[in-house]
Amino acid sequence: MAGLGGTETLGRKSRWAILDLVVVVYALVPVLWIMSLSFKTTKTLTDGNFIPREWTLDNYKAIFQTSEFVRALGNSIGIAIISTVIAVVLGTMAAYAVARLDFPGKKALVGVSLLVAMFPQVSLVSPLFEIERSVGLFNTWPGLILPYITFALPLSIYTLSAFFREIPWELEKAAKMDGATPAQAFRKVIAPLAAPGVFTTAILVFILCWNDFLFAISLTSTSASRTVPAALSFFTGASQFEDPTGSISAAAVVITVPIIVFVLLFQRRIVAGLTSGAVKG
Amino acid sequence: MAEIVLDKVTKRYPDGALAVSDVDIEIADGEFIILVGPSGCGKSTTLNMIAGLEDITSGELRIGGNRVNERAPKDRDIAMVFQSYALYPHMTVRENMAFPLRLAKVDNATVERKVNDAAEILDLTQHLDRRPANLSGGQRQRVAMGRAIVRSPKAFLMDEPLSNLDAKLRVQMRTSVSRLQKQLGTTMVYVTHDQVEAMTLGDRVVVMRGGVVQQIGAPQYLYDHPSNLFVAGFIGSPSMNFLPATLEDGTLRSSLAELPLTDRIRKLLESADAPREVIMGVRPEHFEDAALLDDASRARGATFTGQVDVLESMGSDKYAYFTLSGEQATSAELAELAADVGSADVPTSGIQLVTRISAASPARLGQSAEIWFDADKVQLFDPSSGRNLTFAGE
Repeated sequence: MAGLGGTETLGRKSRWAILDLVVVVYALVPVLWIMSLSFKTTKTLTDGNFIPREWTLDNYKAIFQTSEFVRALGNSIGIAIISTVIAVVLGTMAAYAVARLDFPGKKALVGVSLLVAMFPQVSLVSPLFEIERSVGLFNTWPGLILPYITFALPLSIYTLSAFFREIPWELEKAAKMDGATPAQAFRKVIAPLAAPGVFTTAILVFILCWNDFLFAISLTSTSASRTVPAALSFFTGASQFEDPTGSISAAAVVITVPIIVFVLLFQRRIVAGLTSGAVKG
Repeated sequence: MAEIVLDKVTKRYPDGALAVSDVDIEIADGEFIILVGPSGCGKSTTLNMIAGLEDITSGELRIGGNRVNERAPKDRDIAMVFQSYALYPHMTVRENMAFPLRLAKVDNATVERKVNDAAEILDLTQHLDRRPANLSGGQRQRVAMGRAIVRSPKAFLMDEPLSNLDAKLRVQMRTSVSRLQKQLGTTMVYVTHDQVEAMTLGDRVVVMRGGVVQQIGAPQYLYDHPSNLFVAGFIGSPSMNFLPATLEDGTLRSSLAELPLTDRIRKLLESADAPREVIMGVRPEHFEDAALLDDASRARGATFTGQVDVLESMGSDKYAYFTLSGEQATSAELAELAADVGSADVPTSGIQLVTRISAASPARLGQSAEIWFDADKVQLFDPSSGRNLTFAGE
């Protein structure tokens, strides 16, 4: 491992630079393509140029003028945030119990949550559709929030219990000795230390709910609860002879923005090694 | 400040394992008491029961005269220092130390004053705004102590607080713990597996084995008058030498020497109803190089001649090691002590003997030396029960 010692040669540097470039290009070309499409005019849409010849913001203006998209964006944000909050709060409590307590049925609980995560969602769509229709949840926010929580919970329990296990148990004992009630010990000592784990989980869960297409398309029927991924597929052009590629591209760019904001916002809170210094070592 | 009384305190786990059995300890107000024993002897469980972190199965725990069995740790008004220090990593040193006061809803000015006072005592003033991750082991240890002393609790509980420090720092911290306890005058219960810490720190020492209290007393008293083989072997470094011996017609036969019993020992043995086969224990410092003694002193003991295996010169005196022929003394207590120090798997043949002799001794490595030992300092134990047959009683 000579490279770690600071003996970086030019050849070595350039090899890494090329490798990095390949990875970045591979990952970003589809994204850039979509962005390029979204800035093109209808005429130049299919000219095959990567960089648009004629720039326009018309596509963006158009999608924000249709109530369909704005409604869907609102639905998406609302449903994803509510699902994330509920899944993370429930997941935190469950993960804490899984990591710390010894209760009957613990293994069964962990096993079942793993089972839920493994279950193919496609096979659940038809029964869920029937159930939601008969209980009146079809095409409502709760109708999407409930399945999202179900599939996000195993994820959040798993990630969070790994984080809780890292927190030394003696800290809780110390808090108890210092005069804290169990609730205070959790709030003032455990929760702040688990925060990076909670934020990581929140990001993962949010992305999971935000990106979902399967449930969104199957369990909604109008713009009352349709989320953006589903709404995109219902986009039409200005006339029936016009392709909605431009507006779909613009919408796709718009819906990645909240994810980026969400990640950037919480990334600052994900500080690795927050527990260092708690105990010996 | 308060006295702590353990009245037949027992801890039995749900799986039936008995961790602590019928412990009776009366800890006086302001006393510094040490719980010591090999790992798994129940000393930490006892401490956790005093703290309230573990439930008491039966018996009664009284702090300041009140039964506290059912009280939560926070209502017992005691502070604890953990082996791992258990500092809150997301708080600065100041916040760590202020934490118990904040929970007790003390006003800001008082918190500030108390934290500063504690920091002064522990020499932490310039570190108050740092986080635990940026502190050295010794500093973290002091922060843990600071967090305990800020709220002036009725008692301090310490769970092997020095065992994570390196050897030099440990000796230094040992003196400061002792000084701190004297300065504050607060009752302190201190758990350690290190008999040197136990000997040097405590007003009284409680030796535990397998959940049972073996003996309680001042360190010197335990050293001079161990009530059984376990205490005799555990207290003292290097530890007491044990040899199998036979009592016959007022003499004690062992592979060391034939020793006429002194009147004092003979009387004790008679009242103790001693068996024929015994285990003889002699502390290293009760040996001396016979060449350095006059006849009068030599008459008070017996001598043996052996080849010096290892000779360690400590400057002030020398340790001479011998290997004697014959079987080693065996008993459950000795086996447990050997297992605790890890010497059980070291193969040895014959009896290992450690003697501490004067630095002026002419003994040479590999040569034979005549070594004298004090007949009146010999202690005899019953191999089956471990009882000290020469124990003079309280």
